[in-house]
Amino acid sequence: MYAFTYHKPTSARQAATLLAKKEDAKLLAGGHTLLPTMKQRLASPSALVDLGACADLKGITVKGRNIVIGAMTTHAEVADSPEVQSAIPALAYLAGHIGDPHVRHRGTIGGSVANNDPAADYPAALLALGATVVTNKRKLTAEDFFTGLYETALEEGEIITKVSFPIASKAGYAKFRNPASRYAMVGVFVAKRGSEIRVAVTGAGEGGVFRWPEAEAALKARFAPKSLDGLKHTAKGINGDIHADAEYRAHLIGVMAKQAVAQATGKA
Amino acid sequence: MTTVSLTVNGKAVSANVDPRTLLVQLLRENLRLTGTHVGCDTSQCGACVVHLDGKAVKSCTTLAVAVDGASVTTIEGLAHDGTLHPMQEAFREHHGLQCGFCTPGMIMAAVDMVNRRGHQLDEKTIREDLDGNICRCTGYHNIVKAIAAGAEAMGKGAAPVRQAAE
Repeated sequence: MYAFTYHKPTSARQAATLLAKKEDAKLLAGGHTLLPTMKQRLASPSALVDLGACADLKGITVKGRNIVIGAMTTHAEVADSPEVQSAIPALAYLAGHIGDPHVRHRGTIGGSVANNDPAADYPAALLALGATVVTNKRKLTAEDFFTGLYETALEEGEIITKVSFPIASKAGYAKFRNPASRYAMVGVFVAKRGSEIRVAVTGAGEGGVFRWPEAEAALKARFAPKSLDGLKHTAKGINGDIHADAEYRAHLIGVMAKQAVAQATGKA
Repeated sequence: MTTVSLTVNGKAVSANVDPRTLLVQLLRENLRLTGTHVGCDTSQCGACVVHLDGKAVKSCTTLAVAVDGASVTTIEGLAHDGTLHPMQEAFREHHGLQCGFCTPGMIMAAVDMVNRRGHQLDEKTIREDLDGNICRCTGYHNIVKAIAAGAEAMGKGAAPVRQAAE
């Protein structure tokens, strides 16, 4: 790791001031992507602004028809939250299957969303549930927020403060895990809210998380796993690597989508 | 250099460290608590697992400066007055180790599992929750048996694990 100066503000506002003052500063959330990257010397920020003491970035609240999760809330806290478990059980399930128990004690929703790893779980939930990413400057829909591989709409000095999830009437998440890393080879999150149905796919797309309109249309007719019978996702634009080629991943999208719908409809 | 003060195995300690220092380096190099191991150094293998404020974390992926003021329990903090912690005893009894390199992390992960899930752990739960700990000798079978037995023993009033609050 290259040397850096370390700063530990106690509020998001202080963090933003520090971030603006220090050139090449990076925010440290749970650190489970940033620290390994720095250890490999693939990142060398001159300063780290640790958000760990910002109490205003933590916690889970129910606000009307939304679940609002502070950016520094850990995966374990989301997975174990009675509020999340009762409002959107699929979201609690997703958080409880990120990495391993030790990683879930440190990793945060804000860190995961800001990193936008193409194989991360949360982006699929945000996109399918129609979540809003709230920053210290503005509010962004998930669609506007995730812009590409490890790319987001976040600007210089912008800090995610919370993520607001509208409560879906039905939701499910299924992922085919890489047996070693537990990252999603393919993960599919389906959500039904009123008449709107969304199917979001992570782990598969060359450009990161994306929606599958054909599956959404098929599920609109009837929200059941059977509605996806015979539906195949194209292998075009799908990732291929040593873990799985594009055709294999494309096939998995259909399989995981069915499992996610089965979970959402209580038939899993 | 930054001063870090924390409670390690019930004792107040402080050290002057470069911000780059990882929690595992502070434990091993400054405090000479070498029971916590570094296996992969890439957050995968779990040999470095310690309890931070009562929760299992990978100390190779945590900055020492970030945990200023926290309470840390390492493998050295489990035994009391020369008596092994019930989970350590279960690993001995069930031969849950061969070379022993992963064992400190396995035991810290196992105690965390009991803290989260209670004393009755089935094989499937144990195997699933060992996701973050890799053993290259045993094939896991005896580790799983040891954890189930250790969890039960912990529930039978055997000496409780030294906790963060202490």
